Amino acid sequence: MANIVVRSLSRRSFLASTAALIVAGSTPGFARTIVGRMPWEPGSATPPVQVRPGPWMFFTADEAALVEAAVDRLIPPDDRGPGGKDAGCAVYIDRQLAGPYGGAAGLYMRPPFMPGAATQGYQLPGSPAARYRAGLLALADHVRTAFAGKTFRELAPADQDKVLGGLETGAIVLKDVNGAEFFALLLQNTQEGFFADPVYGGNRDMAGWKLVGFPGSRYDYRDWVDQHDKAYPLPPVSIMGRSDWTVRE
Amino acid sequence: MARKLPRKDVVIVGLGWTGSILAYELAKAGLDVVAIERGPWRDTATDFPPAYAQDELRYAIRLDLFLRPEQETLTFRNNASQSALPIRSFAGFLPGNGVGGAGVHWNGQTWRFLPTDFRLRSHLEERYGKNALPGDMTIQDWPVSYDELEPYYDRFEKLCGTSGKAGNLKGTVQPGGNPFEGWRSSDYPNPPLKQGLGAALFAEAAHKTGHTPFPQPASNMSEAYVNPLGLKLGQCTYCGFCERFGCGNYAKSSPQTCVLPALLRFPNFSAQTESEVTKINLDSTGKRATGVTYVDTSGEEWEQPADIVLVCAFSLFNVRLMLLSGIGQPYDGATGQGVVGRNYAYQTTSGVSLILKDKILNPFIATGAHGMMIDDYNGDNFDHSGLGFVGGGYMGAGQTGARPIQTRPVPAGTPKWGAQWKKATAETYQRAFSLSTHGSSYSYKDCYLDLDPTYKDRLGRPLMRMTFDFHDNELKMSAYLTARLAEIGRAMDPAEMTASPRKGPYNVNIYQTTHNTGGTVMGADPANSVVNRYCQSWDVHNVFVPGGASVFPQNHGYNPTDTVGALAYWTADAIKDRYLKNPGPLV
Ligand SMILES: Cc1cc2nc3c(=O)[nH]c(=O)nc-3n(C[C@H](O)[C@H](O)[C@H](O)COP(=O)(O)OP(=O)(O)OC[C@H]3O[C@@H](n4cnc5c(N)ncnc54)[C@H](O)[C@@H]3O)c2cc1C
Ligand code: SF4
Repeated sequence: MANIVVRSLSRRSFLASTAALIVAGSTPGFARTIVGRMPWEPGSATPPVQVRPGPWMFFTADEAALVEAAVDRLIPPDDRGPGGKDAGCAVYIDRQLAGPYGGAAGLYMRPPFMPGAATQGYQLPGSPAARYRAGLLALADHVRTAFAGKTFRELAPADQDKVLGGLETGAIVLKDVNGAEFFALLLQNTQEGFFADPVYGGNRDMAGWKLVGFPGSRYDYRDWVDQHDKAYPLPPVSIMGRSDWTVRE
Repeated sequence: MARKLPRKDVVIVGLGWTGSILAYELAKAGLDVVAIERGPWRDTATDFPPAYAQDELRYAIRLDLFLRPEQETLTFRNNASQSALPIRSFAGFLPGNGVGGAGVHWNGQTWRFLPTDFRLRSHLEERYGKNALPGDMTIQDWPVSYDELEPYYDRFEKLCGTSGKAGNLKGTVQPGGNPFEGWRSSDYPNPPLKQGLGAALFAEAAHKTGHTPFPQPASNMSEAYVNPLGLKLGQCTYCGFCERFGCGNYAKSSPQTCVLPALLRFPNFSAQTESEVTKINLDSTGKRATGVTYVDTSGEEWEQPADIVLVCAFSLFNVRLMLLSGIGQPYDGATGQGVVGRNYAYQTTSGVSLILKDKILNPFIATGAHGMMIDDYNGDNFDHSGLGFVGGGYMGAGQTGARPIQTRPVPAGTPKWGAQWKKATAETYQRAFSLSTHGSSYSYKDCYLDLDPTYKDRLGRPLMRMTFDFHDNELKMSAYLTARLAEIGRAMDPAEMTASPRKGPYNVNIYQTTHNTGGTVMGADPANSVVNRYCQSWDVHNVFVPGGASVFPQNHGYNPTDTVGALAYWTADAIKDRYLKNPGPLV
């Protein structure tokens, strides 16, 4: 009775060939009929693809310099551990913007685009990648004008904080870009990068998880659930394991 | 032109919780059954194995297992004076997609409705008088009673292997359980899960303040379990990646763990995946369905003829498919006439967040559904005289995880970023947790679903339009419940506490639950319902909506799926025992 009719290219082989581009396991594949048994195929899982160090994939060098400086103010380094820059938040955002997230994959992007009430959700046509491109450009322009030709990276930390705070509250108005919305997007992605699994390029050495005491992907706490008021003793672990489990290249 | 396939006895639209239960029951009865599912096949080994199931970014933020709005979404407005706009990315509720449906990534909180919930309008009018209910409130009695459904609740819980403690066995109140629950013919198939410190502290405080705490019924296995279909489930590891995630441990009840392996052994069952049903086809009289039309991912259109059509597409999509197929009279919000789309309701939740003084809560040790709850303020378990509202909800301390992209509480007034934020985040994570209320959402004349005049899906069909806002009754209910919960929270002696009762207007960006209800309401009268007490269409007798929450006349103060599963079994029995012998209207 074991009989799987696949009408066209199997979904799994389709996924495997595009795995580098997708975070999602459920992008459209191909219809099939399933009869007689669970249609499991070996080697068909879609684990995340590890972000590797290397050149920027989305940001220009200037954009990257601005973002690295900004994420280090949003999450500053201190005696508790690294800040956003050393934790890889800019790398994380770069790779996200170069991938399906940046391109608004899967979202409903049909017109008409009309302004609505706040209760109706985000309604502008720009993808996250387009919003970064426009937002970073407008922010760089603002800084150049307001600080005598300087770049954001060249500002003193206190001035950088003033700029970020001004965006957050709407006190700073950018040309053609809603600064408060752009700030919210940048903050959201920075914190995502800081606390997501290191496989995605941020949270380097599990800095974000160590900060709060989150053990990561351990997945089995049966011995610990009723040990009340006791600190969980094991260090965090990522989907990729821990650096001390592997031989360094 | 659609290509025509060989006839089947039964075609099922959607292979989630209701679809898989109906498929199993009817295939077992010997019928030739095909299920058509718009999303991909999903199984544990491939889609959420323990090697990478615990990926917060992929599953909880990028929503890997959920419906993509590009494939199907809705438009939304708070009231008829606004233009509805499309939900461009899902946030406020998260419909499932693919085999298993939302059953793959639900929490497993498995509650029965109260006996009085099933005769809500009659009960409230008897107790508080005919004038006690607001004039635009359109709640109505269910056409089925708790006593009739009890054996079916029992069957669904045994299918799932639900962990819990009975509070009422055949009318005798049991210590340790929920004293307010309806009578149960047997205890839960699994003992309760273990509790963390937060839940234990809540239970102590609830007890001290005169309430009766009990473990939340959970379809996360406290022990390994073999269900009546012979399928084996593993023990829950309190992994903390449960709702929004598939379970890598075969420990969460889902179509995958509880039904599909047994279902696929029937040679008279087949599943067609990545194929979206676009229409239920009717014959020339409009009184009989001839089957369905679907489109596969290559864009090819197919016609699947069948004698019985079961609409198992999840609450919202059940309603849209009925509207697009022209079955039943569409509801008109302006006149209150018509039935399909009427009585859309939701849930009214709220929270009380606490920061304790110097505790180590290990909030990441968590499951979708464990926790300690009280039911003292649900339904009509308390006297509503003089309170100015009806309804209620359960409340308490769940611990569904503290995955740090989404859960990083800080004291009130902390900046959102920078040095102070970082310090506060580090110092608060282990000491913070939240209590919540899970309140009812009664139905109203101006809360409904219809087809959108402007926005279309990728196939050119109108999106469904949701018109919904909270009403005074629900906001007052939430204020009252949240205040009671805060009293218990205060008894836990927190360093800091913030109570946040639900406030209007309803915002489609803010997640509450995916407990969307109504639109193909079940009832005793075709004037105010779409399906009869056997979930059978009044207009087209071989179309059933077997238990999706779209048949709820209003939503009660509990999660829906125990009732959804019970109604699925109830409908399966009605089809097997009655409809097959004499196909025609059962009422
Ligand atoms: C994050 C989350 C947490 C939840 N937690 C809980 C909880 O703790 N307790 C509780 O009681 N409930 C919970 N729920 C709700 C629960 O998952 C649903 O009540 C339950 O899955 C409903 O069963 P269903 O069969 O109606 O729909 P589903 O299980 O969603 O199945 C419907 C299926 O139909 C398919 N479909 C839809 N349209 C079409 C079409 N046109 N053609 C073909 N196929 C189609 C869908 O892709 C889907 O697979 C939760 C839901 C979510 C999303
Ligand atoms: S909490 Fe338990 S049931 Fe939920 S995913 Fe983890 S192991 Fe599975």
